[in-house]
Amino acid sequence: MPQVLPYLLCIGAFLIVWQLLSAALGAARLPGPIQVITDTWDPYIKDPFYDEGGTSKGLGWQILISLQRVAVGYGLAAVVGIALGGLLGLNRFAGKGFDPVVQVLRTVPPLAWFPISLMVFQDANMSAIFVIFITAIWPIIINTAVGIREIPQDYTNVARVLRLSKRAYIRSIVVPATVPYVFTGLRIAVGLAWLAIVAAEMLKADGGIGYFIWDAYNAGGDASSSQIILAILYVGLVGLALDRLVAFVGRKVSKGAA
Amino acid sequence: MATPNGLITVDSVTQTFPLDGGGQYVALRSINLDIAPGEFVTLIGHSGCGKSTLLNLLAGLSQASEGGILMHGRQVTEPGPERMVVFQNYSLLPWLTVRQNIALAVNTVYPQMAPRERHEIVERNIQLVSLTAAAHRLPAELSGGMKQRVAIARALSIRPKLLLLDEPFGALDALTRGNLQQQLMQICQESSLTAVMVTHDVDEALLLSDRVVCLTNGPAARIGQILSVPLPRPRERLSVMNHPDYYQLRSQLIHFLQEQRRLKQLAATSR
Repeated sequence: MPQVLPYLLCIGAFLIVWQLLSAALGAARLPGPIQVITDTWDPYIKDPFYDEGGTSKGLGWQILISLQRVAVGYGLAAVVGIALGGLLGLNRFAGKGFDPVVQVLRTVPPLAWFPISLMVFQDANMSAIFVIFITAIWPIIINTAVGIREIPQDYTNVARVLRLSKRAYIRSIVVPATVPYVFTGLRIAVGLAWLAIVAAEMLKADGGIGYFIWDAYNAGGDASSSQIILAILYVGLVGLALDRLVAFVGRKVSKGAA
Repeated sequence: MATPNGLITVDSVTQTFPLDGGGQYVALRSINLDIAPGEFVTLIGHSGCGKSTLLNLLAGLSQASEGGILMHGRQVTEPGPERMVVFQNYSLLPWLTVRQNIALAVNTVYPQMAPRERHEIVERNIQLVSLTAAAHRLPAELSGGMKQRVAIARALSIRPKLLLLDEPFGALDALTRGNLQQQLMQICQESSLTAVMVTHDVDEALLLSDRVVCLTNGPAARIGQILSVPLPRPRERLSVMNHPDYYQLRSQLIHFLQEQRRLKQLAATSR
């Protein structure tokens, strides 16, 4: 029981401050926690998977739409990012030459890619996926390359003394030594991907949790603020779950390393 | 210039390293040494005297700036399993179990051998260092002494012509160290291994070695003195220490090291 005490106290304090702020600002501008629940209970909390056709769907569906886009964009980023990072890590020349490109492009905020990808793909869905891809790929490339470059001299010495073939060296030493770094990159990337999709959907998309937030804002109904706050909470919970999932898989895969 | 009975010849080896600000650091200067088959040679000296540098040269992990290392009269140009190293920090692959670490070496060095035969070699060497019960464990789950035993088993499993040991027992507590020294000595004796070990422990050097090579302080370390250890084998820690010659040998080594320390301090104060 004492383990949950800090959570109960601190989250309780957070909710009380929120309620007080709501009272100070007026419930129309900022609904308090209780009002958010009563406003959104029917249908949003009660039935996350209702579907009235078009974009009028429950939050469960909206999140799944977003997750689907993330899965495609992030999956592509993982495959391409690990391959490119591996190349840049193994090949000193390419690693050095491409470093400036990577360093510049990785700092570009996700939404800055959106207009250009809309122009290239002429399709909102494809563009959103591309934004996820291009946002998520940099930490994966960088961490994979660093992981390969940081392989301890000890392990390389073992490989040299045993005269491991290039293939055996990559399979027995490079890959397992780099896995923890790759997963650090993948974990940063999944956070960025989720951040990018919500933003991209707010700009231009049919469906998705980001679309839902923007749509609720534009509708400007009595319960809009509550719907937005509920959606934000869901966005946070899903982001946390994604982060933990990648971390969990990373721990399973990296075994004794790191 | 290989002597006929020499397994390894270190032929006027000088090793320099480029310095960051230009110029170069001379680590070793004009080292000459012959090692006979079955001989156990120890390199001793204060830290920074280039003991490990010389060991890396013997392993072929680095190349001498001048001179060269000959094995069976042929120049050593790259590392290889016939000169296996027991590294200072064990260098076990952390994602492989004890058995897998040893198997990686055996499978790499004996690709043409039947899998069953390779498996037997692995198991025999695990047994040799009494790690059968821990064979399925990862290095992170082992104590320092156990890790070192795995490293030794890995090195022995591929039957090197020359076993190179870089301060193998430096990080271990006294009790573990004593046991492992005894084990290593037995293994070397039984399979008449040729070995070169780096250490800064005088008693360890005397217990294990046929000859102790004393290196002077760096930079430009040379061989200051080579001490033969004619104590009878098989040796046992206690009987060695009670041998009438032991303290005379020991005091020679201590004297050398103290002299080197004095010179080092002198050089430091005059700077």
